[in-house]
Amino acid sequence: MSHFRVDLRQRAEETIALYPHARSAMLPLLHLAQEQDGYLSEAGIEEVAELTGTTPADVRGTASFYDMFHLEPVGTYVVGVCTNIACLLGGASELLDHARRALGAEVGATSDDGLFTLEETECLADCDRAPCVSVNHRFVRTTTVAAFDELVDELRAGARDHDIPRHGTLVRVRRSGGLRSSSEEIALERRVAREARERRANDVKGASS
Amino acid sequence: MSGVPIVTARARYEDSYTLARYLSTGGYEGLRRALTMFPDDVVAQVDEASLLGRGGAGFPAGRKWQMLRAAEVTYLVVNGDESEPATFKDHFLLERDPHQLIEGVVIAAYALQVTRAFIFVRGEFALGLERVQQAVNDAYAHGALGRNIFDSKFSLDVVVHPGAGAYICGEETALLEALEGKRGFPRIKPPFFPAVHGLYGAPTVVNNVETMSNLPWIMIHGGAAFAALGVGRSSGTRLFALAGRVNSPGVYEVEMAKSTFRDLIYDPAWGGGVIGGAEVRAIIPGGVSAPWFGPEHLDVALGQDEVAAHGSMLGSGSVVVLDETSCVVRAAWRITKFFARESCGQCTPCREGSGWIERAMYRLEHGGGRHEDLALLLDLCDNIAPGLGWPPQQTTICVLGSSIPSAVNSAISMFPDEFARHVAHGGCPYPTEALR
Amino acid sequence: MSESVETVSITVNGRALEVPVGELVIEAVGRTGVYVPRFCYHPRMEPVGVCRMCLVEVDGPRGATLQPACYVRVSEGMGVVTDSDKVKKAQDGVLEFLLANHPLDCPVCDKGGECPLQDQAVTHGSGESRFVEEKRHFAKPIEIGALVMLDRERCIQCARCTRFSAEVAGDSEIAFAGRGENIEVAPAPGRPFDSVFSGNTVQICPVGALTAKPYRFSARPWDLDQVESTCTTCAVGCRVAVQSSGNRLTRVLGLDSEPVNQGWLCDKGRFSLDSVDGNDASADPLSSATRIREPLVRENGVLRAASWSEALTRAAEILGNAAEVTGGVGAIGGAALTNEGAFAWGRFVREVLHSENLDAQYGDGLDGGLLQALPRATIAQASRARVLVTLCGDLREELPVLYLRLRDGVARTTTTLVEFAFGPSALAPLATERLAVRPGEAHLVAEAIANRERTLSKDSLVTAEALSRVRDRLGDRGAGVVFVVGRANLAEDPAVIESALRTFAQRYPEATFLPALRRANVAGALDMGWGPGLIPGGGFRAGTGGRDALAQLRAMRAGEQRALLLVGGCLLGNVLDDTGAREALAAGEVVAVTGHGGATLEYCDVVLPASVQHERLGTVTNLEGRVSAVAPKIVAPGSAWSDVAIAGELAAACGGDLALSSVEETARVIEATTGYPTLTVLNDGASDGLLARRPFTDVVRAPFDPMAFPGVRSINSAVNGELAGSLEAVNPTRAPAPSAPALADVMGGAVVATPARDAYALALRVSRRLYDRGVAVQGSPFLRPLVAPASATLNHFDLDRLGLATGDSVRVASSRTSVTVRVVLDDETPRGTIELSASLLDEDGNCPASGLYEPEALYSQVKLATT
Ligand SMILES: Cc1cc2nc3c(=O)[nH]c(=O)nc-3n(C[C@H](O)[C@H](O)[C@H](O)COP(=O)(O)O)c2cc1C
Ligand code: SF4
Ligand code: FES
Repeated sequence: MSHFRVDLRQRAEETIALYPHARSAMLPLLHLAQEQDGYLSEAGIEEVAELTGTTPADVRGTASFYDMFHLEPVGTYVVGVCTNIACLLGGASELLDHARRALGAEVGATSDDGLFTLEETECLADCDRAPCVSVNHRFVRTTTVAAFDELVDELRAGARDHDIPRHGTLVRVRRSGGLRSSSEEIALERRVAREARERRANDVKGASS
Repeated sequence: MSGVPIVTARARYEDSYTLARYLSTGGYEGLRRALTMFPDDVVAQVDEASLLGRGGAGFPAGRKWQMLRAAEVTYLVVNGDESEPATFKDHFLLERDPHQLIEGVVIAAYALQVTRAFIFVRGEFALGLERVQQAVNDAYAHGALGRNIFDSKFSLDVVVHPGAGAYICGEETALLEALEGKRGFPRIKPPFFPAVHGLYGAPTVVNNVETMSNLPWIMIHGGAAFAALGVGRSSGTRLFALAGRVNSPGVYEVEMAKSTFRDLIYDPAWGGGVIGGAEVRAIIPGGVSAPWFGPEHLDVALGQDEVAAHGSMLGSGSVVVLDETSCVVRAAWRITKFFARESCGQCTPCREGSGWIERAMYRLEHGGGRHEDLALLLDLCDNIAPGLGWPPQQTTICVLGSSIPSAVNSAISMFPDEFARHVAHGGCPYPTEALR
Repeated sequence: MSESVETVSITVNGRALEVPVGELVIEAVGRTGVYVPRFCYHPRMEPVGVCRMCLVEVDGPRGATLQPACYVRVSEGMGVVTDSDKVKKAQDGVLEFLLANHPLDCPVCDKGGECPLQDQAVTHGSGESRFVEEKRHFAKPIEIGALVMLDRERCIQCARCTRFSAEVAGDSEIAFAGRGENIEVAPAPGRPFDSVFSGNTVQICPVGALTAKPYRFSARPWDLDQVESTCTTCAVGCRVAVQSSGNRLTRVLGLDSEPVNQGWLCDKGRFSLDSVDGNDASADPLSSATRIREPLVRENGVLRAASWSEALTRAAEILGNAAEVTGGVGAIGGAALTNEGAFAWGRFVREVLHSENLDAQYGDGLDGGLLQALPRATIAQASRARVLVTLCGDLREELPVLYLRLRDGVARTTTTLVEFAFGPSALAPLATERLAVRPGEAHLVAEAIANRERTLSKDSLVTAEALSRVRDRLGDRGAGVVFVVGRANLAEDPAVIESALRTFAQRYPEATFLPALRRANVAGALDMGWGPGLIPGGGFRAGTGGRDALAQLRAMRAGEQRALLLVGGCLLGNVLDDTGAREALAAGEVVAVTGHGGATLEYCDVVLPASVQHERLGTVTNLEGRVSAVAPKIVAPGSAWSDVAIAGELAAACGGDLALSSVEETARVIEATTGYPTLTVLNDGASDGLLARRPFTDVVRAPFDPMAFPGVRSINSAVNGELAGSLEAVNPTRAPAPSAPALADVMGGAVVATPARDAYALALRVSRRLYDRGVAVQGSPFLRPLVAPASATLNHFDLDRLGLATGDSVRVASSRTSVTVRVVLDDETPRGTIELSASLLDEDGNCPASGLYEPEALYSQVKLATT
């Protein structure tokens, strides 16, 4: 039984088909699992392990390397405030302080109403609008306390649903059309990869025995 | 003062990212030109252009392509992970001109005779990911990707691969690991030079988004025209991401080595001067991995070798300005905090050193700093990058480790008095508002 | 070995030397006696170069740079400097970084006293810490698996454990999670670290981050005393260091023996100590957790303690009287003994009781004569085979360390794996070809491979294309092919597999065979003559008569055999037909020689207490035929004796004389009369053993590296040599070994025609699990909870057909009985087959597999009904 919804399972399988090796689809699949559950649930992790031919421990270990994956549930809106150098010089610490009060959530925590999770992020590469704020990875470009409050009000009122999807949905544009590579080409890629692995294994073996 | 716009030529249009705008402004003409040439001639043009990699290391793209080991299967990977603090030029290109990037990718793939390319886009760039994916879809529909591109018999598949939030995945071998679905642990070079053992063990070229974005122009105007811009090795233009205490932060395309830091900061078309007319206290060129410059370096030209000659680097093309109101201790602390959070954790000196230095810097800034901390910090830095020279020596697998000391070492050696004041005051002597 | 190795010239600290091309700098430097400090490097895993402790200066194109000695390989003209100020500063810096966040709780840490980090800190550290910050905190030790605790604060992120899990065990049950400073070792959420190899991660952890629950706080390293020995939990024969504190066993660690276990152990072998020590003191003689401490005789229906002389007299009476009648006596066992014990008991049965009725197997093995005749492969040959063909059960469950070795071969070299897929197998993901073989079919598939004219019936799951691919892989004469052969299905007549082996042996004269028999010293017992027609020292004489184990039990039931001698091991639980075995035992008189209690004792008239593993001296022979030494570490409890002594005394009580005064003398006699290298091995207990009946090749042991296997003391102690050395070495011109029987001598035993498949029935496959009903598991409070409840495994095709899903209960009926079990989906089980394990019991303590099994059929068929 698939934990993924039918449509997501299909997208997962299409995604895997984009790569010569299933494991390569790990990050996109984890994004998908998060799109369904809002975080990486145990069942989501198990399904990704099955799809990528890895183990759940391996998937969890891989996912936890990356900041965007949450192993615990998070709020509908994950609000990131960058405090790295350019934003720091633009007053990010003060804005982050304000955000804690305005959202009712400490850094790394979720507000009681489950609406907001607050994160202090590293540089988000939007430094000309410092301090940089993102909501569910959408750059909202609100640099002042007043603009921030206005944004929060809009989010609470559901007035930003058109441009800020709930947490989890990263990319709304689907790939259209599959690969044009032939199955022979893909088989060749796989063979070459296997040979490279074997060559290395034999290098290592040969050298150590 | 602005020179020829190469990669930002289209950016002023609202709909610069659409296929329609792209085609109406000469889009895919470079590719059509390239497809009429022999692949090796495309490589030769790029070599002649002296297109230095725009990702950080500044390695000439043409040379890199020539080093690709011949093999049955090879790959092209585009590095769009841009996470170096205060660097936001690739973000700009991904959102504003994705077709230019794709055209560059097809040109490079054709030159290298690669049939599958990956564009690795930083995961946090949701809009960028959508724009690039849309452009890829449109390019397939337009015949610029897929089978038999523009009836040339050349075929290429492009996969847009989202990252997931880890600075280290900008490092090319960590990026390949992430692309293989693993933890972003950099590989050891040698033997894992991508050109030899890259993606799935096959020879692989990794190039930056901006590097790729220059290719359509080079194909249309020729390598020589590109080389004619700039000075010496530093040819063409470069995007500078200007941030910090300037009136107009932003991404500016500047002809290489023809202008100086002073121009970039003060020219009304670019930075427009320091906020409130304050004096520049320090410049962080090339990303937070680079050693800092002081006001005495304002007249250094914005060229690869020019900056290197003064002990730093153009790196990722970012320029951060600190002025009189900026606390250098705080800035250096925040930079080490970044490294501590982003260290992948493989190598002991980087994993443990970054955390230790960050904690000590935190004390200096927030109270509890001691005079002996300065010597301790420098010694810890020396244990990570022995000799503290530039370019640094390594004790770690990748250069993230040896980048950690740059900020601390720069701040301590340029501003010893500031540290003394912090120690004496029991923390930062500046009120926080003054830091704006 | 004279194979010439290409070399390169390098200099180490100015000293020139020649080293093999491609060698790691850390090893090359080691040749000069310089020890480069290290943590992440482990000689049995691929280098990763992450801890950076081993930085040395290496000359390269950009001048001398700091490089990890464990990662860089030597090249011609390379200059390495290990003693410069720059190197020293870098290494001191790394050590200081490692200690910065380390809790330094050595006084309360299990690893204290044998900790590589502590040792390096003492030899290299500067004493005073410059780290004044708050240390990294994690919740204190957490239980990550049934046997393993993790203290994340002590972890130095060397990745030894995670690499072991991914690279060696191949199960990736633990992995690094988090990034940077926050990296921790972690299993998946909701899934404990229950790998059967988990103990190895504890052993190689260079700090006290991973600890074993059974060992925690049980001893301090400096109290421990060690001998080198061989694990006798299964037939792989892993070399171990056995440690005790006083007369209490505390720990078993794997030794790095190149030909066998290469440092690794399974958790059953490592953690079954309590079954020996009787820590779980129980007095019930019917429990296998009980140690038998004194002789017992049955009086008025109950077993009571007796003196040795009373018990020996009773036993001699029983056996002597039965021996007067032709075919009146026989013996089963021997596989749990040492070679010396088996030899002595074999001599007792043949020369005192004058019986050829003896068998080391329980109807769950393969024909002893055939095994003697097949050309034997070593583990090393199997792991480097060109093509490996398995006709056996799931090796991870049956012979775990053999699984590791073969997995390594298939995963990391070019060995191709062809599986006779009888059911779930841990090697399955690595197989190039899996032939789904149902019960009663293996010999037909083998014939169809060997002979292109033979075709399989239409309903076979093996396609003609698959057969022809396998045929191509095996080649013309089977050069480079190794068959790993065992009993994948205990409910199938062994003739099926034996016939397949005969077919392969004839068709592929250059192929070799590795028996995957599970019981500890079964190979040794067979070599010591424990089977009808087998010759002590090896070999087989056809036509001697004699009954094997199942024939003896039948004869007991029929009243033809009056008495049975059981030596070592419990009959019940080992013979699949439990009811039949009980009837047989009840029908005659039984004398048991054993160290442990067990259900069998219910039927015994005399029980003689014997010493068991870690209490006895001797040699054992593993499945590849390697003879290695076992050493006593503690004294057996109560008045238990060694088998050689008991056999001698019982012979005397019967009026005979074995002329075997001691274990050492027995070893000498074996070697002097048959060339079997028992005494040679005993005299050098610290070697990795010698292959019996094959040219002796010396195995060179790598220099001992305490960093690779922390906790093991220097292992060149000649413990056994001291014990056995008093005897003179055997004249090097040893008596020639009995020659191996010709294949032609063992070619009989064709399979009776395969019965037709009942379309409405499923064929029964009975498999084995690692955690079973045996003494090792049942005697250990840590392993006992790991035994799973019985369940039946089916293919999704059959489940769907029957409308079942995992977890459903179902009634399974054979001609004998019907039982209720839970079903589990596993598509590695062939269609039409239902798999149950002989090792597992249902909630009522019955073994469903045993009940369903039809002893006289070629294979058993069952029907399912949903409840
Ligand atoms: C820690 C670290 C982070 C890096 N991050 C990036 C990055 O975000 N984008 C990028 O293009 N290159 C980055 N690089 C440089 C790449 O490793 C690589 O040199 C580059 O992508 C090559 O492309 P180019 O030759 O076109 O510059 C980074 C390097 C290091 C060591
Ligand atoms: S738990 Fe031990 S073996 Fe595993 S990474 Fe940590 S220190 Fe290394
Ligand atoms: S880096 Fe060589 S031992 Fe760890």
